[in-house]
Amino acid sequence: MTESVRKLLPILAIGALALVAPYVLPDYRIQLALLWIMILFALTWDIMGGQMGYNSFGNILFFGLGMYVCAVVQRDAGLSYYPGLFAGLAAAAVLPVVVAAVLGSGLLGLRGHYFAIGTLGLGIAAGEIASGWDYIGAGSGMVTPLYPGEIGARQTFFYFASFVLATVTFLALRRIYSGRFGLAVNAIRDDEDKAEAMGLHTTRYKTVAWSVSAFFLGMAGGLVGNLNGFIDPRDVAFAGATYGVFMVLMAILGGKGTLWGPVIGATIFHITQEVFWTYLLGWQRVALGLLIVVIVVFFPQGILGWAKARYPERFGIRVEAAAEDADGR
Amino acid sequence: MSHIKSLATAVATAATIGLLASGSASAKVEGDKIILGAAVSITGKYSTNGKNTKDGYDLAVKRINEKGGVTVAGKAYQLDIIYYDDESTPARGAQLAERLINQDGVKFVLGPYSSGLTKAIAPVTEKYGVPMVEGNGADRGLFEQGYKYIFAVLSTSDQYLTEALNLAAEQATAAGKDPKSLKVAIAIENDNFSQDVRAGVVDDIKRHGMQLLIDDKLPPELNDMAATLTKVRAVNPDILIVSAHAKGPALAIRQMKDMQVNVPMLAMTHCDSAKIIENFGKDSEYSVCASQWDRALSYKDNVMGSAEDYAKDFEKEFGYAPPYQAAESTAAVLVFADAFARAGDFDPAKVRDALAATDMQTFYGNVKFDATGKNTAKPMVLYQVQGGEFKVVAPSKWASAKVIYPAPGWSER
Amino acid sequence: MNSLELLFQAPILSVQLLIDGILIGSIFALAAYGMALVWGVMNMINVAQGEFVMLGGYVALYAAQAGLHPFLGIPAAAAVLFILGWLLYRVVIFRVVDKDLFISLLATFGLSILIQQLANEVFGADVRTLYSGLGTIVLLGGQVTVSEIKLVGFAATLILGACLLLFLKKSRLGQAIRATAQNARAARILGIDTDRVYATTFALNAAICGAAGALVVMTWIVHPYLGLAYTVRSFMIVVVAGLGNLGAVVAAGLGLGAAENFAGFLLGAEYQAAFVFSLLVVILVYRNYRLGRHRKYLK
Repeated sequence: MTESVRKLLPILAIGALALVAPYVLPDYRIQLALLWIMILFALTWDIMGGQMGYNSFGNILFFGLGMYVCAVVQRDAGLSYYPGLFAGLAAAAVLPVVVAAVLGSGLLGLRGHYFAIGTLGLGIAAGEIASGWDYIGAGSGMVTPLYPGEIGARQTFFYFASFVLATVTFLALRRIYSGRFGLAVNAIRDDEDKAEAMGLHTTRYKTVAWSVSAFFLGMAGGLVGNLNGFIDPRDVAFAGATYGVFMVLMAILGGKGTLWGPVIGATIFHITQEVFWTYLLGWQRVALGLLIVVIVVFFPQGILGWAKARYPERFGIRVEAAAEDADGR
Repeated sequence: MSHIKSLATAVATAATIGLLASGSASAKVEGDKIILGAAVSITGKYSTNGKNTKDGYDLAVKRINEKGGVTVAGKAYQLDIIYYDDESTPARGAQLAERLINQDGVKFVLGPYSSGLTKAIAPVTEKYGVPMVEGNGADRGLFEQGYKYIFAVLSTSDQYLTEALNLAAEQATAAGKDPKSLKVAIAIENDNFSQDVRAGVVDDIKRHGMQLLIDDKLPPELNDMAATLTKVRAVNPDILIVSAHAKGPALAIRQMKDMQVNVPMLAMTHCDSAKIIENFGKDSEYSVCASQWDRALSYKDNVMGSAEDYAKDFEKEFGYAPPYQAAESTAAVLVFADAFARAGDFDPAKVRDALAATDMQTFYGNVKFDATGKNTAKPMVLYQVQGGEFKVVAPSKWASAKVIYPAPGWSER
Repeated sequence: MNSLELLFQAPILSVQLLIDGILIGSIFALAAYGMALVWGVMNMINVAQGEFVMLGGYVALYAAQAGLHPFLGIPAAAAVLFILGWLLYRVVIFRVVDKDLFISLLATFGLSILIQQLANEVFGADVRTLYSGLGTIVLLGGQVTVSEIKLVGFAATLILGACLLLFLKKSRLGQAIRATAQNARAARILGIDTDRVYATTFALNAAICGAAGALVVMTWIVHPYLGLAYTVRSFMIVVVAGLGNLGAVVAAGLGLGAAENFAGFLLGAEYQAAFVFSLLVVILVYRNYRLGRHRKYLK
């Protein structure tokens, strides 16, 4: 077996698993679809938080926006199901990007925790505004059109849609990280002032990074709105206190600033959540709080971070004996 | 890099195993037991009423089983319920419905607490042709979708405060005033159910020709009503309507007393959830409350006995007096039991038809469904707190006291 | 009738809204003291702040049930929460104090969920309240009412603020706290046990929140999900007021309370929360613009 084929094998294995999963585990299609969405959440968050060092608590804004935009287009455009869905998703990709570009000019100047809290406020404000606006159903939310097809077809369709979207996101991110963009964004994370001084137009890169997140998140929102069948402004669309924070946690759990870290983190987090929900009836939220504390306190470098520190050679990092910290840390 | 991929593969495999572990194998529905599925709010903001709902279901199952279960086609069956926690969020509720039906093989579903959750579950049960009998989703939007598999034993949300407005109009006429001169203020929470109550109230206001002066949507994390009450005091309405689940009556009474806001009639929903008499004592006097049921009503059936019998039984079993949420949940199970017996079969479609033909009296009220699944045989009840107790003041057929209107101002109490 | 018209027709309403707003804001300011303290000294944003307030409310509730006079619930809540804060520091917080602020943010977020859900399990989701036995002052012929318990809250805020200030300025521990806030390393070198300082600060924060919670349950209601509103508002107040200035915290708190109340009146209660959060975003952006880095090009 050649080297390149051997490298590809794990990817192919995952791909094969992903393709057969809905048929092997038909009862879990919604959870599986959500798994892909979670992976997407973690990946898109990581662009900002991990690669660029701008911890955003408001990415959920784009998700919710995409969800509503898609639903409104589906409701008002007068198209039949698939064209309507397609148009909706297209709009769901575009509008959040516009919003990101516009808001970015104001918010991306904020540093560190101010940016984090500012975006958190944004996410929650969006939820509040959405629940007051009658055009999109106010507090009662909206319902997405019924999927044409037999029982169960909807879940399968949206499972694959989520899988495709998540994969595309992953590949797109891999491409941009390996180029100039990735270097620039990392430079911003490492020392923004120096990067700026070296002539890097940081604002532009920050806005692009946020827009990329917005692009994929918006489409994810459109998909989830249709997967669930209904939209609730606070619990589903702008779920700041749940998904909004989970995306951060998943990326951290897996190891932020890496490509596979968010994927691993999202998978583990999502599975753990589902297991809690099934087996800890009534106490699952308590367990979740505990889990979050544990992750953040004991695993801030994430699983990949921990693995890299433990087995640096396996990751192609050379450790020189003299380079070890005197403290042994 | 390849090691990351191997790690990822390992995780993926673990994931699959994890997912498999996180669900139970498909449960057998028959045997000796009829298995019903229910999503209730065990955690989250509806957990109090979720518990009421679960207790209601549990009591029904217990009593029915004690009395020999349900006889279907000559054989006796026991009832059992599988519960999941929907965390008071519609997203979970919808997932739950799928899980109950697909993984656990449930063919008959009992409704969740709250309209939002019922709305999330209804499309699922409808799609799979699984009959759902619910007692806690009063949203009339549920019955405008053409669903055939949903049946609600409770009065729908738009009827909640109709009696209050009727009563106010009656009182006005009796005092020689034109009902059209009555001014109404509304403060209603911005969620599914409450907004449907509002829709009903607005319709009733139009019907009577009254004036709507304030129409506030309260935020769900409501902590303070001062702004709204300032408006109310400025505008001096004859009727103030507050509907915000359990927080509504609590805040309304508390702050109206604090701010000395006087209104001739304060009409609210969820007074019993807020335990206003316990919590507020004298300050809760004269409040008018909508309720689906009262233990003083004279309904009865042969499983629970009379309404009062049920209330005593519930108190003994769970240690607290049953709010209407519990009563309507119990009634939902009774309706299912009755339908199984009449259908003589467990085919969901046949059970569905039997449900549609229901015409029975339960301790909770009469149950007869119209074509959309609404219960059209049971009117809402209106209480007023008088002398530290809830007294039924409307509809007149069951009234045990006359309404005191207008309520005296705070300084006169 | 348009709310704005109403305001102009009856200017006395503004007085009521202002008074109510200020009184409500004072309790937010109380929660903000602690937030400012923890942020300034430990460089941590405590997302569980609101949960401490909520717990304080429950302590006061149970203390009253046990026979204590409702007012004694305030110090009781402060004491219990002080202990809880100390314990939390020793078990969890000390591990995140010297890490990234962002890590501590997430850790306290996890704590807040934990506490919230535990409270839901233990206390039930019921809405509860406590009667303080106080009445209402009626002014201007019934046009303006001031709830006496809210006045007590206002007084408590001022008194506690003064006490805190005195403590920080005059006592040894207070000075140690300020020193640590200025430069933790230097403080350590000079012999200050910064770990103890941190523990005390965190516990103090919890205690202040506990007292606020006792006031909240006597003024309004308490339930397990009360917390977020207080966390968010105390954060906003601190952002606006800056970290060093207790007086500014009070002013910002009162201002926020008043602004929110007016917004609720004018825009309708459904937009009150949206207003608050949007205001947060606006303030942050504006502040950043003022402090801003401006891109300049050398020609």
